[in-house]
Amino acid sequence: MAKNNNGEWTTIIRPKESLWKLNLKELWDYRDLCSLFIRRDITTAFKQTVLGPLWFIIQPTMTVLLYAVVFGNIAKIPTDGLPEPLFYLAGVSLWGYFSGCLGRARSTFTGNVNLFGKVYFPRLIVPISGLVSGLLTFGIQMLLFAVVYCVYVFGHLPGSEHLSMNYTALLFPLYVVMLAGLGLGFGIIFSSFSTKYRDIGILLNYVTSLWMYATPIIYPLSTVTDPRLKMAMQINPVTSIFEGFKYGFLGAGEFSWNWLSYSFIVMVVLLLFGTIVFNQKERNFMDTV
Amino acid sequence: MATAIEFNHVSKLYRLGLVSTGTFREDIKRWWITSVQKKEDPYLTIGETNDRGTKGESQFVWALRDIDFKVEQGDVVGIIGKNGAGKSTLLKLLSKITAPTTGDIRARGRIASLLEVGTGMHPEMTGRENIYLNGAILGMTKSEITRKLDEIIDFSGCERYIDTPVKRYSSGMRVRLGFAVAAHLDPDILVVDEVLAVGDAEFQKKAIGKMQDVSQGGGRTVLFVSHNMASVRALCKNGVLLENGKTKMIGEIGSIINEYMSSMVSSENIPISEIPREGKLNNNIKYTQIQFLDFNNNSITPHTGQPLRIRVRVHVSSPGFKAATFTVTISDSMANPMLIYPSSMSTPAFNVAEGTHYFDCDIPKLPLTGGSYRVSLWCGINGVGTDHLENKIKLDVIDDDYFQYGREISANLKGKVVFDEHVWHKSE
Repeated sequence: MAKNNNGEWTTIIRPKESLWKLNLKELWDYRDLCSLFIRRDITTAFKQTVLGPLWFIIQPTMTVLLYAVVFGNIAKIPTDGLPEPLFYLAGVSLWGYFSGCLGRARSTFTGNVNLFGKVYFPRLIVPISGLVSGLLTFGIQMLLFAVVYCVYVFGHLPGSEHLSMNYTALLFPLYVVMLAGLGLGFGIIFSSFSTKYRDIGILLNYVTSLWMYATPIIYPLSTVTDPRLKMAMQINPVTSIFEGFKYGFLGAGEFSWNWLSYSFIVMVVLLLFGTIVFNQKERNFMDTV
Repeated sequence: MATAIEFNHVSKLYRLGLVSTGTFREDIKRWWITSVQKKEDPYLTIGETNDRGTKGESQFVWALRDIDFKVEQGDVVGIIGKNGAGKSTLLKLLSKITAPTTGDIRARGRIASLLEVGTGMHPEMTGRENIYLNGAILGMTKSEITRKLDEIIDFSGCERYIDTPVKRYSSGMRVRLGFAVAAHLDPDILVVDEVLAVGDAEFQKKAIGKMQDVSQGGGRTVLFVSHNMASVRALCKNGVLLENGKTKMIGEIGSIINEYMSSMVSSENIPISEIPREGKLNNNIKYTQIQFLDFNNNSITPHTGQPLRIRVRVHVSSPGFKAATFTVTISDSMANPMLIYPSSMSTPAFNVAEGTHYFDCDIPKLPLTGGSYRVSLWCGINGVGTDHLENKIKLDVIDDDYFQYGREISANLKGKVVFDEHVWHKSE
């Protein structure tokens, strides 16, 4: 059979592609789909609810109250001298965004079987759009954080004397990008490995809930005195982000350029590795999912 | 003409059975052999041909095996074959939903695949929002959809509901909306799986018309999978017949369809002696078996407009009888009689000796439309019944083109009406 010159073909479907073929152009071509997915997530989030977006505020408020009672008042875990509502709210909102990104990315394959089984588009669009639509919740919670912050500062409520904002708060956008990147990276890796064996998915539910306690959310890093334990905590790549955020906005926490750089490198490595695994997996996952 | 799609020795291996600890062990072994020892994957060599009916030795089957053909630009190709022949797998490979195990597929131009209508629609969103979402999923850009929006809404016929959430739509309206979006994709290559089977008669007509426009107007290439021979014949020029994952025949659609129909072997002999009978019958002549054959005595599944021979085996008890008559009645699925073939009214009565005999009822051009029917058998001596099986035998008729005119009868009449030869002309 006469083979045509490869250059003429616009599509070539092969059993395997090179590991490094990421096809960013294709992702870019589908940017409209990404924005429509985001819009879908946002418009359908609270359809047919009475309170609507208020739920974005009610949920973290209840969690913060619960933490304040259980961890603050009963277990008496210190908060670096910061007002409990602000301390917990910062941790809960950041963790909410991170675990949201992780969760959406993680269920990319298993949660979209029907869609993926019928039509092709770059599968990465789904977890990427999840990062952006998660920002809506996060943004509202950050507004809540700002309101509570102002109430404390201008109301001179007890604990407000310890509050101070500094220039590292300007790193906030970087923190958000890093949380999203880490969530996406971990998520797509786990998603790729759980298409065949659901064990990974079950395991990860468990790991995520433990992970929260390995992150300085309900306690500040400064309470960890054992140097080995502290090192273990800092190896957790989200720790430096949480501490950096609290340091920048509340004035208490352990800010470290070194650990932030470490987290950033982890994120880049995870994203690279994750995209490669994900791209390999997306080609055949329908057979095993 | 240039080649639009080229399949180069494409195969696809599937694993049967459950995923469990056993498969984990296999995966480890496989990984060890291919990645550490750098040898060929042992499981690729042991795959079997995919025959749904027979029990295989191996857990791996070739859903497609060495598919190799080209599609010219502007051609409309029908892909036909029995359930499980690999039609949908072929379309899935071409739509990039899953990758081939070996071989490659090359194509020129934008491919749009329509394996389902309305993929990814969200029930909480309005029709208009869903047009955008569904269009983008199928690969259109926002501006492209905006440009075609009015046309799409008009084609769907859902204008009144366009700002209502899709969950309030009837299922038919959802299909219409989904097809309307897909119909405005304007791809170079359109891949369509059995999507026309849904929707009402008016919609089907519209959909087929649109598909014809797509293929005739401007060199678009269409790959079309269907079990409906009438629509395949009407739409396609060429065809590919798949059997057990292999290409059995490639060529002009008419010959492909004929080959396919002759390969449709139904369950050969249906034993009927054990089926309980109604009423008091002496069983001096008793039906023991029925077969559906073509006129060359090959077992077939009957097709509309094709010859059908109904062969019955009867057992005659001692000492044999004179004046035996036989009657076949075909009723619709609701047991309303539609056709009767009484030997007493068409043929002199038979004299039968003791023993087993075969009788044939030949129908030169089966007037039944596609659907499911019930067959009744009656026989008697001098008009007195000796055996009667009422609506006990199932008969499936495959829809085909009775008048050889490339038209299909609307779905709501299928299985309810019969055809007859006739002529329409303008009177003087």
